[in-house]
Amino acid sequence: MRALLDSLKSLYPLDDIVLQRPDLAFATVPAAQVRGLLHHLKEREGFTHLVLLTAVDWLEDGMFQLTYLLHDRARARDLGLRTLIRRDRATMDGIHDLWPTAATYQRELKEMFGIDFPGSPGVDDPFVLEGWTDLPPYRRDFDTKDFSERNFNHREGRVTHDPAAHMKRHLYPDEA
Amino acid sequence: MRDELQKRVVKGPDGVEFEVEPLKDYYCEAPPAEHPPAYLKIVEDLFNWARSQSLWILGFGTGCGAIEMRPLMTPRFDAYRYGVQWRPTPRQSNLFIISGYLSVKTLKRVIRSYEQMQNPKYVVGLGSCTINGGMYWDSYNTIKRLDDYLPVDLYIAGCMPRPEALLAGFETLKHIIREGKAEGANLYARNFDWYKANQKKVIHDWDMPDYNW
Ligand code: SF4
Repeated sequence: MRALLDSLKSLYPLDDIVLQRPDLAFATVPAAQVRGLLHHLKEREGFTHLVLLTAVDWLEDGMFQLTYLLHDRARARDLGLRTLIRRDRATMDGIHDLWPTAATYQRELKEMFGIDFPGSPGVDDPFVLEGWTDLPPYRRDFDTKDFSERNFNHREGRVTHDPAAHMKRHLYPDEA
Repeated sequence: MRDELQKRVVKGPDGVEFEVEPLKDYYCEAPPAEHPPAYLKIVEDLFNWARSQSLWILGFGTGCGAIEMRPLMTPRFDAYRYGVQWRPTPRQSNLFIISGYLSVKTLKRVIRSYEQMQNPKYVVGLGSCTINGGMYWDSYNTIKRLDDYLPVDLYIAGCMPRPEALLAGFETLKHIIREGKAEGANLYARNFDWYKANQKKVIHDWDMPDYNW
Protein backbone atom coordinates (compact mmCIF):
# COMPACT_ATOMS: atom_id res chain seq x y z
CA MET A 1 0.00 0.00 0.00
CA ARG A 2 2.78 2.38 0.90
CA ALA A 3 4.49 1.69 -2.43
CA LEU A 4 1.27 2.45 -4.24
CA LEU A 5 0.83 5.73 -2.38
CA ASP A 6 4.40 6.72 -3.12
CA SER A 7 4.02 6.09 -6.81
CA LEU A 8 0.69 7.97 -6.87
CA LYS A 9 2.25 10.88 -5.03
CA SER A 10 4.72 11.36 -7.83
CA LEU A 11 1.86 11.62 -10.33
CA TYR A 12 -0.90 13.43 -8.44
CA PRO A 13 -0.97 16.06 -5.67
CA LEU A 14 -2.07 13.80 -2.79
CA ASP A 15 -2.66 15.34 0.61
CA ASP A 16 -3.62 14.21 4.13
CA ILE A 17 -2.58 10.63 3.57
CA VAL A 18 -3.82 8.30 6.28
CA LEU A 19 -2.68 4.70 6.32
CA GLN A 20 -5.45 3.32 8.46
CA ARG A 21 -4.62 -0.37 8.12
CA PRO A 22 -2.13 -2.22 5.95
CA ASP A 23 -4.98 -2.77 3.48
CA LEU A 24 -6.84 0.55 3.84
CA ALA A 25 -5.68 4.10 3.13
CA PHE A 26 -7.23 7.51 2.56
CA ALA A 27 -5.96 10.53 0.68
CA THR A 28 -7.24 13.92 -0.41
CA VAL A 29 -6.97 15.18 -4.00
CA PRO A 30 -8.08 18.44 -5.63
CA ALA A 31 -11.45 18.12 -7.35
CA ALA A 32 -9.99 18.71 -10.81
CA GLN A 33 -7.67 15.68 -10.46
CA VAL A 34 -10.25 13.23 -9.18
CA ARG A 35 -11.40 11.83 -12.50
CA GLY A 36 -7.90 11.36 -13.79
CA LEU A 37 -6.76 9.65 -10.64
CA LEU A 38 -9.81 7.36 -10.51
CA HIS A 39 -9.23 6.41 -14.12
CA HIS A 40 -5.61 5.65 -13.40
CA LEU A 41 -6.49 3.56 -10.35
CA LYS A 42 -9.12 1.63 -12.25
CA GLU A 43 -7.10 0.91 -15.39
CA ARG A 44 -3.54 0.63 -14.04
CA GLU A 45 -3.66 -0.27 -10.37
CA GLY A 46 -6.43 -2.85 -10.26
CA PHE A 47 -9.00 -0.86 -8.27
CA THR A 48 -11.85 -2.11 -10.40
CA HIS A 49 -14.65 -1.91 -7.86
CA LEU A 50 -16.35 1.28 -6.67
CA VAL A 51 -17.49 0.46 -3.13
CA LEU A 52 -19.27 3.73 -2.48
CA LEU A 53 -19.47 7.40 -3.21
CA THR A 54 -20.67 9.54 -0.36
CA ALA A 55 -20.50 13.08 0.98
CA VAL A 56 -19.89 14.96 4.21
CA ASP A 57 -21.19 18.46 4.84
CA TRP A 58 -18.51 20.68 6.42
CA LEU A 59 -20.93 23.49 7.06
CA GLU A 60 -18.51 25.67 9.03
CA ASP A 61 -15.90 25.54 6.26
CA GLY A 62 -18.47 26.02 3.51
CA MET A 63 -17.34 22.77 1.87
CA PHE A 64 -18.71 19.41 0.84
CA GLN A 65 -16.38 16.47 1.06
CA LEU A 66 -16.89 13.70 -1.46
CA THR A 67 -15.42 10.31 -0.61
CA TYR A 68 -14.79 7.70 -3.29
CA LEU A 69 -14.01 4.30 -1.83
CA LEU A 70 -12.37 1.85 -4.21
CA HIS A 71 -11.52 -1.80 -3.83
CA ASP A 72 -8.82 -3.88 -5.43
CA ARG A 73 -10.10 -7.44 -5.47
CA ALA A 74 -6.89 -9.12 -6.53
CA ARG A 75 -4.86 -7.63 -3.71
CA ALA A 76 -7.74 -7.25 -1.23
CA ARG A 77 -7.10 -3.62 -0.41
CA ASP A 78 -9.19 -0.46 -0.24
CA LEU A 79 -8.37 3.12 -1.07
CA GLY A 80 -10.52 6.07 -0.14
CA LEU A 81 -10.17 9.32 -2.06
CA ARG A 82 -11.48 12.51 -0.55
CA THR A 83 -12.07 15.74 -2.36
CA LEU A 84 -13.50 19.06 -1.26
CA ILE A 85 -15.89 21.16 -3.32
CA ARG A 86 -17.47 24.47 -2.45
CA ARG A 87 -20.86 24.37 -0.83
CA ASP A 88 -22.22 27.35 -2.71
CA ARG A 89 -21.18 25.88 -6.08
CA ALA A 90 -21.96 22.25 -5.39
CA THR A 91 -21.20 20.72 -8.76
CA MET A 92 -18.87 17.86 -9.57
CA ASP A 93 -17.87 15.82 -12.59
CA GLY A 94 -19.69 12.52 -12.71
CA ILE A 95 -17.91 9.17 -12.86
CA HIS A 96 -20.83 7.19 -14.27
CA ASP A 97 -18.79 6.50 -17.41
CA LEU A 98 -16.13 4.73 -15.31
CA TRP A 99 -18.59 2.85 -13.09
CA PRO A 100 -22.26 2.85 -14.23
CA THR A 101 -23.32 2.17 -10.64
CA ALA A 102 -22.03 5.62 -9.70
CA ALA A 103 -25.11 7.14 -11.37
CA THR A 104 -27.24 5.87 -8.46
CA TYR A 105 -24.91 7.42 -5.88
CA GLN A 106 -24.87 10.67 -7.81
CA ARG A 107 -28.64 10.73 -8.00
CA GLU A 108 -28.82 10.21 -4.26
CA LEU A 109 -26.25 12.93 -3.57
CA LYS A 110 -28.21 15.33 -5.77
CA GLU A 111 -31.34 14.67 -3.77
CA MET A 112 -29.95 14.47 -0.26
CA PHE A 113 -27.14 17.05 -0.45
CA GLY A 114 -28.02 19.05 -3.55
CA ILE A 115 -24.67 18.24 -5.21
CA ASP A 116 -25.16 18.30 -8.95
CA PHE A 117 -23.48 15.92 -11.39
CA PRO A 118 -24.35 17.33 -14.81
CA GLY A 119 -24.96 14.64 -17.42
CA SER A 120 -25.38 11.78 -14.96
CA PRO A 121 -28.32 9.58 -16.05
CA GLY A 122 -31.51 10.35 -14.12
CA VAL A 123 -29.72 12.67 -11.73
CA ASP A 124 -32.76 14.93 -11.40
CA ASP A 125 -35.30 12.14 -10.85
CA PRO A 126 -36.64 11.70 -7.34
CA PHE A 127 -34.82 8.97 -5.46
CA VAL A 128 -36.48 8.40 -2.08
CA LEU A 129 -38.10 11.79 -1.62
CA GLU A 130 -40.98 12.50 -3.95
CA GLY A 131 -42.25 16.02 -4.30
CA TRP A 132 -39.58 17.43 -1.99
CA THR A 133 -39.70 21.23 -1.74
CA ASP A 134 -37.39 22.11 1.16
CA LEU A 135 -33.59 22.20 1.50
CA PRO A 136 -31.90 18.89 0.68
CA PRO A 137 -32.33 17.06 3.98
CA TYR A 138 -28.73 15.91 4.53
CA ARG A 139 -27.43 19.46 4.46
CA ARG A 140 -26.61 20.33 8.01
CA ASP A 141 -28.47 23.62 7.92
CA PHE A 142 -31.68 21.67 7.31
CA ASP A 143 -33.53 21.38 10.63
CA THR A 144 -35.21 17.98 10.54
CA LYS A 145 -37.06 18.39 13.85
CA ASP A 146 -38.49 21.73 12.83
CA PHE A 147 -39.51 20.33 9.44
CA SER A 148 -41.14 17.31 11.04
CA GLU A 149 -43.13 19.55 13.38
CA ARG A 150 -44.30 21.76 10.54
CA ASN A 151 -45.08 19.04 8.05
CA PHE A 152 -46.65 16.22 10.07
CA ASN A 153 -49.43 15.90 12.61
CA HIS A 154 -48.07 14.68 15.91
CA ARG A 155 -49.89 12.67 18.52
CA GLU A 156 -50.34 14.41 21.83
CA GLY A 157 -48.87 12.95 24.98
CA ARG A 158 -45.44 11.92 23.84
CA VAL A 159 -42.92 12.27 26.67
CA THR A 160 -39.19 11.86 26.56
CA HIS A 161 -37.17 10.83 29.59
CA ASP A 162 -33.55 11.73 29.81
CA PRO A 163 -32.06 8.34 30.75
CA ALA A 164 -29.58 9.74 33.28
CA ALA A 165 -32.17 11.86 35.10
CA HIS A 166 -34.71 9.03 35.00
CA MET A 167 -32.34 6.45 36.49
CA LYS A 168 -31.21 8.90 39.14
CA ARG A 169 -34.79 9.51 40.20
CA HIS A 170 -35.43 5.78 40.12
CA LEU A 171 -32.35 4.66 42.04
CA TYR A 172 -31.81 7.59 44.41
CA PRO A 173 -35.25 9.08 45.06
CA ASP A 174 -33.97 11.12 48.02
CA GLU A 175 -31.46 13.05 45.97
CA ALA A 176 -33.72 13.86 43.07
CA MET B 1 -50.76 13.42 -13.03
CA ARG B 2 -48.28 10.88 -14.23
CA ASP B 3 -47.87 10.36 -17.98
CA GLU B 4 -49.36 6.90 -17.89
CA LEU B 5 -52.58 8.41 -16.51
CA GLN B 6 -53.00 10.93 -19.33
CA LYS B 7 -55.53 10.48 -22.07
CA ARG B 8 -53.80 9.00 -25.10
CA VAL B 9 -54.13 6.92 -28.24
CA VAL B 10 -52.86 3.35 -27.97
CA LYS B 11 -52.19 0.82 -30.68
CA GLY B 12 -53.38 -2.65 -29.82
CA PRO B 13 -51.48 -5.83 -30.74
CA ASP B 14 -53.83 -6.30 -33.71
CA GLY B 15 -52.90 -2.89 -35.11
CA VAL B 16 -56.15 -1.16 -34.20
CA GLU B 17 -55.75 2.25 -32.64
CA PHE B 18 -58.04 3.31 -29.85
CA GLU B 19 -58.22 6.03 -27.25
CA VAL B 20 -57.77 5.35 -23.55
CA GLU B 21 -58.53 7.70 -20.73
CA PRO B 22 -57.02 5.86 -17.75
CA LEU B 23 -58.76 7.87 -15.04
CA LYS B 24 -62.14 6.99 -16.53
CA ASP B 25 -61.42 3.59 -18.02
CA TYR B 26 -59.29 1.98 -15.35
CA TYR B 27 -60.44 3.61 -12.13
CA CYS B 28 -63.71 4.07 -10.35
CA GLU B 29 -64.70 7.71 -10.38
CA ALA B 30 -67.23 7.52 -7.56
CA PRO B 31 -65.86 7.90 -4.04
CA PRO B 32 -66.09 4.81 -1.82
CA ALA B 33 -69.53 4.09 -0.40
CA GLU B 34 -70.49 2.83 3.02
CA HIS B 35 -71.55 -0.77 3.23
CA PRO B 36 -74.73 -1.16 5.32
CA PRO B 37 -74.94 -4.04 7.80
CA ALA B 38 -77.14 -7.03 7.03
CA TYR B 39 -80.89 -6.68 7.61
CA LEU B 40 -80.88 -8.79 10.76
CA LYS B 41 -78.37 -8.52 13.57
CA ILE B 42 -78.02 -12.26 13.85
CA VAL B 43 -77.11 -12.45 10.18
CA GLU B 44 -74.55 -9.66 10.54
CA ASP B 45 -73.13 -11.50 13.56
CA LEU B 46 -72.79 -14.62 11.48
CA PHE B 47 -71.04 -12.64 8.75
CA ASN B 48 -68.70 -11.10 11.29
CA TRP B 49 -67.90 -14.48 12.78
CA ALA B 50 -67.04 -15.74 9.31
CA ARG B 51 -64.95 -12.65 8.56
CA SER B 52 -63.01 -13.03 11.76
CA GLN B 53 -62.07 -16.56 10.73
CA SER B 54 -60.47 -15.54 7.48
CA LEU B 55 -57.82 -12.92 7.91
CA TRP B 56 -55.82 -12.61 4.72
CA ILE B 57 -52.85 -10.35 5.14
CA LEU B 58 -51.44 -8.31 2.31
CA GLY B 59 -47.76 -9.17 1.90
CA PHE B 60 -46.53 -5.60 2.10
CA GLY B 61 -43.82 -4.72 4.60
CA THR B 62 -42.98 -1.13 5.41
CA GLY B 63 -40.56 -0.82 8.34
CA CYS B 64 -38.38 -3.01 10.53
CA GLY B 65 -41.52 -4.78 11.78
CA ALA B 66 -41.94 -6.62 8.47
CA ILE B 67 -39.16 -8.94 9.61
CA GLU B 68 -41.41 -10.20 12.42
CA MET B 69 -43.89 -11.59 9.91
CA ARG B 70 -41.42 -14.10 8.47
CA PRO B 71 -41.23 -16.26 11.60
CA LEU B 72 -45.02 -16.08 11.76
CA MET B 73 -45.27 -17.66 8.34
CA THR B 74 -42.92 -20.50 9.21
CA PRO B 75 -43.33 -23.51 11.53
CA ARG B 76 -41.88 -21.89 14.65
CA PHE B 77 -44.86 -19.57 15.20
CA ASP B 78 -47.12 -20.83 12.40
CA ALA B 79 -49.87 -18.21 12.21
CA TYR B 80 -51.77 -20.36 9.70
CA ARG B 81 -53.16 -22.50 12.50
CA TYR B 82 -55.13 -19.42 13.62
CA GLY B 83 -56.70 -18.98 10.21
CA VAL B 84 -54.34 -16.19 9.23
CA GLN B 85 -52.45 -16.18 5.98
CA TRP B 86 -50.58 -13.92 3.59
CA ARG B 87 -51.62 -13.04 0.07
CA PRO B 88 -49.57 -11.44 -2.69
CA THR B 89 -52.09 -8.91 -4.04
CA PRO B 90 -54.44 -6.33 -2.51
CA ARG B 91 -57.47 -7.80 -4.30
CA GLN B 92 -57.01 -11.07 -2.42
CA SER B 93 -56.46 -9.71 1.05
CA ASN B 94 -58.49 -7.99 3.73
CA LEU B 95 -55.93 -7.16 6.41
CA PHE B 96 -53.23 -4.56 5.91
CA ILE B 97 -50.47 -4.66 8.54
CA ILE B 98 -48.45 -1.45 8.50
CA SER B 99 -45.33 -2.96 9.94
CA GLY B 100 -43.47 0.05 11.25
CA TYR B 101 -42.27 3.44 10.11
CA LEU B 102 -43.98 4.68 7.00
CA SER B 103 -42.14 7.06 4.72
CA VAL B 104 -44.11 9.50 2.60
CA LYS B 105 -43.09 7.66 -0.54
CA THR B 106 -44.34 4.36 0.86
CA LEU B 107 -47.51 5.99 2.17
CA LYS B 108 -48.45 6.72 -1.42
CA ARG B 109 -48.14 3.02 -2.30
CA VAL B 110 -49.93 2.04 0.89
CA ILE B 111 -52.91 4.23 0.03
CA ARG B 112 -53.07 2.76 -3.46
CA SER B 113 -52.93 -0.77 -2.11
CA TYR B 114 -55.42 -0.12 0.67
CA GLU B 115 -57.96 1.34 -1.70
CA GLN B 116 -57.64 -1.68 -3.98
CA MET B 117 -58.52 -4.10 -1.20
CA GLN B 118 -62.07 -5.38 -1.06
CA ASN B 119 -64.49 -4.57 1.74
CA PRO B 120 -64.61 -5.34 4.59
CA LYS B 121 -60.95 -4.62 5.24
CA TYR B 122 -58.89 -4.05 8.34
CA VAL B 123 -55.71 -2.15 9.20
CA VAL B 124 -53.32 -3.01 12.01
CA GLY B 125 -50.53 -0.63 13.01
CA LEU B 126 -47.49 -2.56 14.19
CA GLY B 127 -44.89 -0.93 16.40
CA SER B 128 -44.54 2.46 18.01
CA CYS B 129 -43.59 4.14 14.75
CA THR B 130 -47.15 3.82 13.52
CA ILE B 131 -48.54 5.11 16.82
CA ASN B 132 -46.57 8.31 17.39
CA GLY B 133 -43.55 8.17 15.11
CA GLY B 134 -41.49 6.05 17.51
CA MET B 135 -37.80 6.73 17.28
CA TYR B 136 -38.43 8.49 13.95
CA TRP B 137 -40.52 11.18 15.64
CA ASP B 138 -38.28 13.96 14.27
CA SER B 139 -37.61 12.40 10.88
CA TYR B 140 -38.30 14.53 7.81
CA ASN B 141 -39.70 11.62 5.86
CA THR B 142 -41.95 9.44 8.01
CA ILE B 143 -45.54 10.04 9.06
CA LYS B 144 -46.16 10.24 12.80
CA ARG B 145 -49.64 8.88 13.31
CA LEU B 146 -51.11 6.33 11.00
CA ASP B 147 -54.76 6.94 11.90
CA ASP B 148 -54.66 10.33 10.19
CA TYR B 149 -54.23 8.59 6.86
CA LEU B 150 -55.95 5.22 7.15
CA PRO B 151 -58.63 3.90 9.51
CA VAL B 152 -56.71 1.78 12.02
CA ASP B 153 -58.56 -1.01 13.84
CA LEU B 154 -55.80 -2.02 16.20
CA TYR B 155 -52.33 -0.98 17.23
CA ILE B 156 -49.75 -3.44 18.50
CA ALA B 157 -47.25 -1.53 20.62
CA GLY B 158 -43.57 -2.31 20.88
CA CYS B 159 -40.33 -1.59 19.12
CA MET B 160 -40.53 -4.06 17.64
CA PRO B 161 -43.35 -6.32 18.89
CA ARG B 162 -42.45 -9.99 18.99
CA PRO B 163 -44.36 -12.59 16.94
CA GLU B 164 -46.26 -13.60 20.10
CA ALA B 165 -47.57 -10.04 20.36
CA LEU B 166 -48.76 -10.26 16.78
CA LEU B 167 -50.53 -13.55 17.46
CA ALA B 168 -52.24 -11.94 20.46
CA GLY B 169 -53.06 -9.00 18.21
CA PHE B 170 -54.73 -11.28 15.67
CA GLU B 171 -56.91 -12.76 18.42
CA THR B 172 -57.85 -9.26 19.63
CA LEU B 173 -58.68 -8.23 16.08
CA LYS B 174 -60.94 -11.26 15.75
CA HIS B 175 -62.79 -10.14 18.88
CA ILE B 176 -63.17 -6.64 17.48
CA ILE B 177 -64.50 -8.02 14.21
CA ARG B 178 -66.94 -10.37 15.97
CA GLU B 179 -68.27 -7.47 18.04
CA GLY B 180 -68.92 -5.62 14.79
CA LYS B 181 -66.53 -2.82 15.71
CA ALA B 182 -64.04 -3.24 12.88
CA GLU B 183 -65.77 -0.70 10.66
CA GLY B 184 -62.61 0.78 9.14
CA ALA B 185 -63.72 0.60 5.52
CA ASN B 186 -67.00 2.38 6.35
CA LEU B 187 -65.15 4.95 8.41
CA TYR B 188 -62.87 5.59 5.46
CA ALA B 189 -65.84 6.03 3.13
CA ARG B 190 -67.66 8.31 5.58
CA ASN B 191 -64.65 10.55 6.22
CA PHE B 192 -63.16 10.19 2.77
CA ASP B 193 -62.57 13.91 2.31
CA TRP B 194 -60.85 14.24 5.68
CA TYR B 195 -58.53 11.31 4.93
CA LYS B 196 -57.75 12.68 1.47
CA ALA B 197 -56.98 16.11 2.89
CA ASN B 198 -54.57 14.59 5.42
CA GLN B 199 -52.94 12.42 2.78
CA LYS B 200 -52.47 15.31 0.39
CA LYS B 201 -51.02 17.45 3.15
CA VAL B 202 -47.93 15.23 3.32
CA ILE B 203 -47.83 13.84 -0.22
CA HIS B 204 -46.79 16.98 -2.04
CA ASP B 205 -46.69 15.51 -5.54
CA TRP B 206 -50.05 13.79 -5.69
CA ASP B 207 -49.93 12.13 -9.11
CA MET B 208 -52.53 9.40 -8.88
CA PRO B 209 -56.34 9.23 -8.93
CA ASP B 210 -58.08 10.33 -5.75
CA TYR B 211 -59.60 6.90 -5.35
CA ASN B 212 -57.57 3.97 -6.59
CA TRP B 213 -60.28 1.34 -6.87
S1 SF4 C 1 -41.36 0.65 16.00
FE1 SF4 C 1 -39.17 0.21 16.21
S2 SF4 C 1 -38.91 -1.76 15.17
FE2 SF4 C 1 -40.84 -0.88 14.48
S3 SF4 C 1 -40.40 0.24 12.61
FE3 SF4 C 1 -40.26 1.68 14.33
S4 SF4 C 1 -38.10 1.68 14.90
FE4 SF4 C 1 -38.45 -0.13 13.66
